Amino acid sequence: MHTVIKPRRGLAQLDLAEVWEYRELLGYLAWRDIVVRYKQTSIGILWAFLRPFLTMVIFTVVFGRIAKLPSEGVPYAVFTFIALLPWQFFATAFAETAGSVVGNGYMITKIYFPRLILPLASIAVGIVDFLVSFVILILIMLWYRTPVSVHAWALPLFFLLCVVFTIGLGLFTAALYVRYRDMRHLIPFLTQFGLYVSPVAYSTTSVSPKWRFLFSLNPMTAVIDGFRWSLLGTTPLYVPGIIAGTATSIVLLVAGVYYFKVTERIFADVM
Amino acid sequence: MNEAVIGQGIGKIYRLGEQGTAYTLLRERIFETAKAAFRKREAAPAPEPFWALKDVSFSIGQAEVIGLIGKNGAGKSTLLRILSRITEPTEGRIDLFGRVSSLLEVGIGFHPELSGRDNVYLNGAILGMSRNEIRRKFDEIVEFAEIAKFLDTPVKRYSSGMYVRLAFAVAAHLEPDILIVDEVLAVGDSAFQQKCLGKMRDIRSEGRTVIVVSHNMATIASLCQRVLWLDSGRVKMSGPTHETVSRYLSEGASHEMSWSPRHPSNAEFEYHTIYVVPADGQELTDSIPGDTAVDVVFEFSVVKPLADQRIELHVANEFGEVLFTTTSADPDRRRNHPWAIGRHTYVCHIPGNLLPPGRYRLSVTHPFGYWSSMHENILAFTITEQNSVFAIDGRAGMITPLLDWTRD
Repeated sequence: MHTVIKPRRGLAQLDLAEVWEYRELLGYLAWRDIVVRYKQTSIGILWAFLRPFLTMVIFTVVFGRIAKLPSEGVPYAVFTFIALLPWQFFATAFAETAGSVVGNGYMITKIYFPRLILPLASIAVGIVDFLVSFVILILIMLWYRTPVSVHAWALPLFFLLCVVFTIGLGLFTAALYVRYRDMRHLIPFLTQFGLYVSPVAYSTTSVSPKWRFLFSLNPMTAVIDGFRWSLLGTTPLYVPGIIAGTATSIVLLVAGVYYFKVTERIFADVM
Repeated sequence: MNEAVIGQGIGKIYRLGEQGTAYTLLRERIFETAKAAFRKREAAPAPEPFWALKDVSFSIGQAEVIGLIGKNGAGKSTLLRILSRITEPTEGRIDLFGRVSSLLEVGIGFHPELSGRDNVYLNGAILGMSRNEIRRKFDEIVEFAEIAKFLDTPVKRYSSGMYVRLAFAVAAHLEPDILIVDEVLAVGDSAFQQKCLGKMRDIRSEGRTVIVVSHNMATIASLCQRVLWLDSGRVKMSGPTHETVSRYLSEGASHEMSWSPRHPSNAEFEYHTIYVVPADGQELTDSIPGDTAVDVVFEFSVVKPLADQRIELHVANEFGEVLFTTTSADPDRRRNHPWAIGRHTYVCHIPGNLLPPGRYRLSVTHPFGYWSSMHENILAFTITEQNSVFAIDGRAGMITPLLDWTRD
C-alpha cells in the first residue's frame, strides 16, 4: 500500500471509492447517531412516533379546522401528514447534516477519514424517523379509509429527490458552518422559513398560476406535490414544477459536494 | 534497508491575525464586504503568513522507531498532523509505504451513552479496523483493558482509569505497518503506563515502523533508535538517539525557563515574555531545590481598554495531569479583574515544598483569546530532591504541601 501526501490544488478529487472503503465506519457512525438519539430521550423510540403525530394534530386543528384550508378533497389529516413525512425528514436530516462536521470537530482534528462520511452518516437519523412516520401514515390512511392512488410506485423516486436535495443543501451548509459559526442561528431559521414556502399546510393548487413556477424552484414543493400525487392522485402532476425542483436539487448537490470538498482541506485548521 | 516513509521539503503555512481565530462569523464577513464596497478603502492588510514547518525532509526505514522532539511550537504536532493526513501540507510531498495508523488521542468517537462493547466496535472502525478484525481481537482487547465485567455498562459509568484503559486497549491492537503516535497517550496510573510502553516496544519488535512524539526524554531514549529534532519548523538535527537527545537537552533546558510568543497575538493584549525563576534570587536554573519557592513572571502590554479578564496558569506534572490552576484574579477572590493600559509585570508565587520532585510544565491562557488560544506547556522546570519534604519521608501524593498542625 502506497500513500502519497501532497498539497491538492484546483478541483478537489471526489474520491467516492475511498468513501466506499470506509463504508463500515459510515454504518457505525449512523448507528451511533440513531442509538444515542433514542437513548437520550426518556421516552426513547416513542418520540419518533409522537413528534410527527402531534404535529399532524396541530396542523389539522389550526389549518384544517380553524383556517379551513382546502385539502384536495381528502381528510385534512391525511393531506397534511403526507406532506409532513418528507418535510420532517428534510428538517431533521438537514439539521443533523449541517451540524455534522462542527459537531464531530474533535474527530476531525485527531484522525483521518473521508470527511464526507460525517454528513452522509447523519442522513440515517432522518431515514429512521421517516420509516417510523411512514408506518403512522399507513395507520392514518387505514383509519380514514383513504384509497391509495395507482401512482404509488413513484413514491421512492420522490423520496430520492428529497434525499438528494437534503444532502446537497446539507453539505453546503455543513462546510459553511465550519468557517462561519453564526450559521448556528441561521440553520433553524432556514428550516422554519422553509416550512412556510413549502406546501405542507396548504395545497399548491391554491398558489396563483403566475407564481407557481417560481414557487416550484423550491425542491420541497416538487417532493411534496410528488408525494401527494403518488399516494392520493387527487390533482394532476405539475410537470414543469417537478423538472424545476429536480434541476435545483441536482445543481445544489453538485455545488454542495464541490464546496464541501474544497473547504474540507482546511477543516482541521479552523476547527 | 527499504524506506517506509520519505518526506521531501514539507512546508505548512498558517495565516494569522484573522480576528484572532481561524474561523469567523458570517456577520463580520458580510459587514466587511459591505464596508469595503462603500468606502473603496484599501483591503485590510493581508494576514501575515507563518510557516509552522519549512523545508522538512527526512526518511524513515522499515521497522525503524523514530522520535520527534523539539520545544513547543517547533512544529512537531503540525508534522504529526500532516503525516496523519489530518491537515494538508502547503508544499512538499510525503510517501508512505504500508498501512498507516495514527494515534493522536485514544478513544476517538467514544460515546458516553454506549456500552464498552459498542464503543470498541465504533472506535475500532474509526481507527480503520474492519468489523472482522475487531471481532477477532475483541477478547484480547477486553483482557488487555481489564474491564470484562463492565462490557455492557455505558462508558459514562466507567471510572476515568477504566475509560482510558479501554480506549488504549483498542488502539494497542491495531496492526499497522506504520504507526504515528503521540506519547501523551501513555496516561493513567503508572502500572498501566508501563503496560503501554511495553506494548510500544512489542510493536517495535514486530518489525513495524513507529514515529513517536514525546516530551519525555527517558521514553524517547528507551524506545527510539533515531531522533528528528525540530526547531522553529525546521529540522535542527537528525541522528542517533543518544547523541541528538543530549545535544537537545543541553541546549533546550534553559530555553524552557522563559518564553516569548513567536508571532504577535491580537492587537489588544500582548505577552512579551513569561519566565520561571527560583524565588531565592538564584540565577535561571532548570533544577530547583524542593523547599525553594518558584516565581512565574508575566510581562505583557495592554494596548486598548479591555473588559475584566484574567490570566490562568495551569501547573501539570510530566504525565500531563494538571495539578492545579491559579489565576491572576485569585488575590481578589473573584472570577476576573480590571486591567489598566500599559506595560505590566505580574508575578505568581508558587510556595516551596508544594511540589514533590519531578518535572513540571506550565500552560498559560491568553486572557482575551478563546479557549483554544491557550499557550500549552510553554515553560518547564524541575524540582529536585534536595531539601524536599518528599526526600525526607517519601510521602504519597501528587503535591507535598507542609500544612499547619495543632499538637496539644
